Amino acid sequence: MKTTQILIAGFGGQGVLFAGKFLAYKGLLEDRQVSWLPSYGPEMRGGTANCSVTISDAPIGSPIVTKPDCLIAMNLPSLLKYKDTVKAGGTIILDSALISEKVERDDVNVYYVPATKLAGEAGFPTLANMILTGKYLAAVDEVGMADIDDVLAKVVPPKKANLVEINKQALTIGHDYE
Amino acid sequence: MAEKVLMKGNEAIAEAAILAGCRHYFGYPITPQTEIAAYMAKRMPKIGGCFLQAESEVAAINMVYGLASTGKRVMTSSSSPGISLKAEGLSYMAGSDLPALVVNVQRGGPGLGGIQPSQSDYFQATRGGGHGDYHMIVLAPASVQEMASLTFKGFDLAEKYRVTSMILADGTMGQMMEPVELEMGEVNEHDKSWAVTGTKMARKHNIINSLSLNSEQLEQQNFERFERYKKIEENEVMYEEFMMDDAEICVVAFGIASRVSKNAIMEARAKGIKVGMIRPITLWPFPKKALETAAEKCKAFISVELSMGQMIEDVELAIRCKRPVTLCNRVGGMIPSSEQVLATIEQVQGGLE
Amino acid sequence: MIVFEKPKALADVPFHYCPGCTHGIIHRLVAEAIDELGIEGQTIGVAPVGCSVFAYNYFNCDMVEAAHGRAPAVATGLKRSDPENHIVFTYQGDGDLASIGMAETVHAATRNENITIIFVNNAIYGMTGGQMAPTSLPGQVTQTSPYGRDPKHCGYPVKVCEMLSQLEGPEYLERVAVNNIKNIRAAKKAIKKAFENQIQGKGFSLVEVLSSCPTNWGMTPQKALEWIDEAMIPYYPLGVYKDRSAE
Repeated sequence: MKTTQILIAGFGGQGVLFAGKFLAYKGLLEDRQVSWLPSYGPEMRGGTANCSVTISDAPIGSPIVTKPDCLIAMNLPSLLKYKDTVKAGGTIILDSALISEKVERDDVNVYYVPATKLAGEAGFPTLANMILTGKYLAAVDEVGMADIDDVLAKVVPPKKANLVEINKQALTIGHDYE
Repeated sequence: MAEKVLMKGNEAIAEAAILAGCRHYFGYPITPQTEIAAYMAKRMPKIGGCFLQAESEVAAINMVYGLASTGKRVMTSSSSPGISLKAEGLSYMAGSDLPALVVNVQRGGPGLGGIQPSQSDYFQATRGGGHGDYHMIVLAPASVQEMASLTFKGFDLAEKYRVTSMILADGTMGQMMEPVELEMGEVNEHDKSWAVTGTKMARKHNIINSLSLNSEQLEQQNFERFERYKKIEENEVMYEEFMMDDAEICVVAFGIASRVSKNAIMEARAKGIKVGMIRPITLWPFPKKALETAAEKCKAFISVELSMGQMIEDVELAIRCKRPVTLCNRVGGMIPSSEQVLATIEQVQGGLE
Repeated sequence: MIVFEKPKALADVPFHYCPGCTHGIIHRLVAEAIDELGIEGQTIGVAPVGCSVFAYNYFNCDMVEAAHGRAPAVATGLKRSDPENHIVFTYQGDGDLASIGMAETVHAATRNENITIIFVNNAIYGMTGGQMAPTSLPGQVTQTSPYGRDPKHCGYPVKVCEMLSQLEGPEYLERVAVNNIKNIRAAKKAIKKAFENQIQGKGFSLVEVLSSCPTNWGMTPQKALEWIDEAMIPYYPLGVYKDRSAE
């Protein structure tokens, strides 16, 4: 019985909710229990946005993630707000292109990925979220990249099918980043 | 089994309503339930249905009243402040014995309040909300799957008993995504001989009406309505028992509070505390008997709510104050953490020893 | 030979209206229109709150009683249930339509909702015993304007047809009166047209009928009919305010 609780946080517009949806669908396709809970309201536009994702082998109790196994932080306020809530032995993945601070905890694994910079260089500046998600697949996820084609087919709307390929590239960049 | 899809709670309500044969939606935008309206606006024109954005919640519920008068399935949805505006219409629908489905995705109050989750419309929903002696069937989903299945069932119960069914959800339930299976089964047919659809010159005219200036007649109508309510109380109570077999402490919680409580109960069990939960699925009718039975062996109760303590009164009434009931709550859009619930369980356990 | 009979769409029950009240005439005109158009079997009427609250007992077609002011919203639901087959009318007074139900009125009009509204304007709240209405005239004495309606204190009367005529939405707006034979004939024509428009799918049609209230105006029935000519029509001129198809 394994439960993974993930908190993804950043500014509205950075794709926090989409990254969460990707992970939730991935869990669903892997026949696991999942829940996805966004913050909502006016702060979604320009303020901070976050989303709780739980992936579990057992029925999920609370969908609210207060002590994440993994935090994906896309801006400094989110890192400051949530870094101490991460469980000991957990993981923090942050966008080091936007966050210059280092995490001063030695009981968690921290991955510094300059996602915004990498996304810009790769020609899809809006996909830093998926680069960080790619790192999550490498660092935490049990299945990894194996089923991402199926997942992207579910989460990318048919009208935007042309975006599947660059999402895949972004995931790969993050996954392979050392 | 049908394929599971990942859906927001609000969207699950909308799709389940369509599966239940609802082809008319009237509403007014308000956070955190606007996805229902947006979903209906997209879907209804494609299936020969009608989505109409009303000029106000007051107008919306009265459009529902008109549509329900014709015997077809109809719904509206709103959040707390909007439900207050609909209260007039809810009372008129009760007085006219019209079936409909109304969704309240609650937010913090009173007044304009906030937009974060709340359960502080419990009194309003379970006591009727508008003026006069009446009840609605109040259904409290605790998962996105239940957002769908209770919506489907809500339409059926509404028609069966000629009452309004209310889905009493909260912002969390509306906004969260979980896997949903949308295989809902057959839609039951109910008698509609009372509906106004034009006499076709083949019958005496039908009148949809809540006015009765003859006091004896109005009293009789109330008596008849409450006979129906009695049948609902006898036949339609729904609740879930969780780890109740040997429980000495009984948590009572619905909706998101029950989800948080489950985590706390598992942690308490790991510490050897015999605690379980009764989760009301129907808030009206309230699972009185289940609680009364639980009071025979449980020594204490905890009511976990996103309100200043509303359901706790029903818990105390159901167990006739035989056992102490402790309130564990947050309000204003805050949600009790599982740590808070666990602490309350431990505190209550300490009092028993 | 029968020279005069009750319209078939009117129920054979005694009305509760006061002696000299013109609601009875207006009910009859509505019923005659329904008869002549042969639509009783598909018509659903909406009764208001106000003096005509019992209208649901007076028409033989299916009827719905609405909350105060909400008739246009209720009618919207009834119409949208089956737009091809339902003929829907509301019968509303001035407090119902122009005060508490103003939003419902304006928005049904702006949507060009394909319904027929019979708006009875008698410049007073009748059922509650003669209080100031949104259409009470400046200087008019009522229970709640005992020194005469003072526009500086409580504003001016609402001219419903004039106001709605500014909207793009409505199909047809006409003001008529029922205080003499000539006006009654014109009123009949307007009411029938308002139903015909709906049958033809043209949209929102409202007929404002200047009506008398001898009881609460404190006048004899005869004097009340004269007061419509002397006081009301000068303030509320009769005529067609909008007729899109004729434009």
